[in-house]
This record gives sequence, C-alpha cells and structure tokens, in this order.
Amino acid sequence: MISANLSAIFYLISGILFILALRGLSSPDTSRQGNYLGIAGMIIAIVVTFLSVGNFSTSLVYVLIFLIVGGAIGAFIAFRIPMTAMPELVAGFHSLVGLAAVFVAIAAFLNPEAFNLGVVGGIKLASLIEMSIGAAVGAITFSGSIIAFLKLRGIMSGSPITFGGQHFLNLTLGIGILVLIYYLCITQSANIFWTVIIISFLVGVLLIIPIGGADMPVVISMLNSYSGWAAAGIGFTLENTALIITGALVGSSGAILSYIMCNAMNRSFVSVILGGFGADSSSDNTKEKKDQKPVKSGNAEDAAFLMKNASSVIIVPGYGMAVAQAQHALREMVDKLKKNDIKVTYAIHPVAGRMPGHMNVLLAEANVPYDEVFELEDINNDFANSDVAFVIGANDVTNPVAKTDPKSPIFGMPVLDVEKCKSVLFVKRSLSPGYAGIDNELFYKDNTLMLFADAKKMTEDIVKNLD
Amino acid sequence: MEIDPFIFRLSIFILSIFIGYYVVWSVTPSLHTPLMSVTNAISSVIIVGAIIASLAGSSESVFGTSSIFGFLAIVLAAINIFGGFLVTQRMLQMYKKKKDKKK
Repeated sequence: MISANLSAIFYLISGILFILALRGLSSPDTSRQGNYLGIAGMIIAIVVTFLSVGNFSTSLVYVLIFLIVGGAIGAFIAFRIPMTAMPELVAGFHSLVGLAAVFVAIAAFLNPEAFNLGVVGGIKLASLIEMSIGAAVGAITFSGSIIAFLKLRGIMSGSPITFGGQHFLNLTLGIGILVLIYYLCITQSANIFWTVIIISFLVGVLLIIPIGGADMPVVISMLNSYSGWAAAGIGFTLENTALIITGALVGSSGAILSYIMCNAMNRSFVSVILGGFGADSSSDNTKEKKDQKPVKSGNAEDAAFLMKNASSVIIVPGYGMAVAQAQHALREMVDKLKKNDIKVTYAIHPVAGRMPGHMNVLLAEANVPYDEVFELEDINNDFANSDVAFVIGANDVTNPVAKTDPKSPIFGMPVLDVEKCKSVLFVKRSLSPGYAGIDNELFYKDNTLMLFADAKKMTEDIVKNLD
Repeated sequence: MEIDPFIFRLSIFILSIFIGYYVVWSVTPSLHTPLMSVTNAISSVIIVGAIIASLAGSSESVFGTSSIFGFLAIVLAAINIFGGFLVTQRMLQMYKKKKDKKK
C-alpha cells in the first residue's frame, strides 16, 4: 500500500526512536520518556509493516489475534513477576527473541517469495548466508538462554557442568556449522538448513552448562548480545533498516555489559566462556582455616547497639539479600537509623546479584532513593571514614584477599574496602564460602561481627531492637 | 560500477554499532537491568519479519507451513514486546529521587 522507499524511511525513524530509548537510560529522570519513545518506535515499525504488505484478508485477522494473545501473555508476566526474579525473566525473554529469529528464518527459507529473496531452491546467495547465520545465532541464543533460565530459577544446579573434550567438541560443532552453511549455499538443501539449526541448539546448551552461578551476570549480558546479532542477521535477510539498527544496538549493548561484568570480576571473557569457575569449592586449605580462626558472632541486639551509636553506616547488599527478599526490611531499618540522624548510604558492586544492576532495581523497589545508592568507584574511599559497614548477602565482593593474596582465584578483582570501616556487621547464614569457593578473610577480622541468620529475619530483628 | 545495496545496509549496521557503543556507555550503571529488558523489547522488532511471513498466505490458505512459523514467531515476539516494555516501565517507575529532607 505504501512504497518501499516510504516504508524504509519509517523503519529508519523507528530505528532512531530505539536509539533515543537507550539514550534516555543515561539518567533515571529521562528514562521513562525514553521508554515511551521505544514503544512509539515499535508501533511505527509494526503499522508500517502491515501497510507495506497491504494484505488485508483473513490472514490479517489471525495476525492480530496472535499479536493480542502474545501481548496478553507478555503483559500478564510483566505485571506479576516479582522484582527478585528479574534475572530469570530477562533470560527467558532472550530465549524468546532467539526462537523468534529461528522461526522467521525458517519462514523465509520456506517461502522466500514473500520476502523477495528468490524462489524455493533458488534463494539469493547473500540472503541464504544471512538467514542461516541469523537462524544459527538465534538457536544458540534460545537454547543457551533456556539453560541460563533453568540455572537462575534453581531448577538446574548452578554449579558448572564440565567434561573432557568439551571445548574441543564446541569448536568442532562451531566449525561444522560454518561448513554446513557453505554446503547449504551450494545445494540449497532444506535438510542441511535443518541440521544447522539443530546443531546450533546443541551448541547453545553446551556453551552455557559449564558456566557457574557467579558468572551469570556475564552470561546474561552475553546472551543479550547474541539476541541482538541474531536480530541483525535477520534484518539483513529482510533488508529491514529498523531491524539492522536495533540488532546492532542490542548486540553492542550486550557486549559492553559483558565487558563491564568481566572487568568487575577481573576475569577475561574467554575464561568465563570456558567456564568451570567455582567448581572445586572445598579445597583443603579453606577447611583448615575455618577450624583454626576464631570468629566473633553477635545477635540483633549487638548490631542495633553498634549502629545506633554510629554516625555513618554503609550498606553493602548482595545476592543473599535478593534470595531472602530482605530489601523492604532493610529499608525499614535504614529509615529508623535516619531518624537518629545517622548518615546511611548504599554501596553496590557491579557484579552483586545475578545480572547487571540487579541490586539497584531491588533497592528501587523498596523505595530507596537512587541518589543514596553508589557504585563501587564512587564510594570505595568512604569506607575508611565510616563507622559501620552492614554487609547483607554479599560475600566475594568484599573479600580483602583479592587485594592481598596473588594466589587467590579472585586476586585483582576490584572489591569494596569494607574492612576499612571501624566495624563490620556481616549478615550470613553460615561461614560457608561464596560462589568463588574461597574463604572470606573478613570473617576473622577483629572489627567484624558476624550475624548468623537469614538476611530478612536478622534485619527485622534489628529493626525491633532499634526502637 | 554500481554499489551493491548490501554495502549500504552494512554501512548502516556498522555505524549503528558505533552509536550503540557510545549510547550504552552513557547509560548509568544503576539502570543496567532496565537496559537489558528494554533491549530485549526492541530486539523483538523482529516481529516485522514474522508479520510478512504470516501475511503471505491467501484468504483460502491462511496456514501454510511458512506462515505457521510466522504466526508462532508473532506470538513469541509479542510476548517480548509487551512484556519487555511493560516490565521496563514498571522498573523505571520505582526509581525515585530523595524526597525533601526529613522533617
């Protein structure tokens, strides 16, 4: 109904709106507006597609029905999902993008006329390469995200699954996919196309199973990136500007997030991908240490007393806070402290939690104003001038070993200088090591008081004792 | 000699990677989770491909093999679009500044 040129311009506009949507996220003030621009871009893209195909027969009715069905499911999930489950949700959503990319590629392969790509058995060479790459990356994104989802959800153990020759197998399969795509281009055979997709599903699974729970922030960002590249591949196939721009944006966004997460753990991207980190959690020297060193432990009353007499408190939340859903109790505690004119701030390590920004969302949910929440580099110097550090559910990211012991697996990782505080309150269930599988020296420092309890229960008890 | 249109698309793609690079580095770390959910939503613009595939059928045969995959992709992408944008909106609503100083 509208010309190809006009629709190309509209797709460009929707691509620009998507750029502005990401741009809005540079500050919480502009972020909501950015989100509306993103929605506008999506509406433009969808409406223009309807107009450019110009088929208003029965098919359109079905398209709208399926659109509404999917939309209703999506809206239902969006409103019902608890904020603590955000990492699983994002992993789940990535898998859907991946699968959608696979399906679109299949549809294009089966019916190339609809996309102006040639005829069955005679698809344009470039299109064939683009769609098979799109399908392969989409399939890897799908199955990889499913594994990430299962691990995050706790349905599958978070510990890495490794076996001999794993990386060799992955490499072989990867090369196999490229070889098959080459033959696909020569023969146009549907069977080869299906094989590429099936092998890619397998690669996705194999890629993610060796990666442990603590590396999940990297995995999620990486899959985010893959979903972008898959979309871009399909964008090239469909010759669609909006899809190409979006794919590039999402691809680079995920890549940058992976890079930030790797940096925050002082690990190379390759070592994360190879996996197996945290597999041997009970090396013998950690056990010995545990028996030898004395630990001071206290109760809610001691903690409340310490904090009441402090003039500044820094809160260090971690994944444990998310698991125990302690963010609301924490906020209540902070309110009480503020009433006593105690300065309270929050310190967040980039890899605290299971995805980038996980802690920030949870604190925001508990109505913590975002200008009280600081990133590692902005707050790390303040620990030395503060009275109490309240560590709740974080572990490895506070371990001073990262600065002192070159033999430690986390040596060189930037950590929060919690031990520089006058006193440290450490809420934890037990002395067990964190995900990196190493003992935290902080437990045995003179100025550390361990509070052995569930994070939420302990915080609530402290709140009672603050009255 | 004429330039292959593919080169133009490749140019758009590469320039967009650069735009993405600079835009994403300017995103504040506290909004990294909404960033992931919104990138999720926008990458579902792949729905345009699904719509083209689905509308390829005629009135008599709405469901060909190709259009069935199109319809499935529409459902998946629609879940993502609505879910992604709405959950982002829900998160962003929660980010508030400090209220006026305590009474």
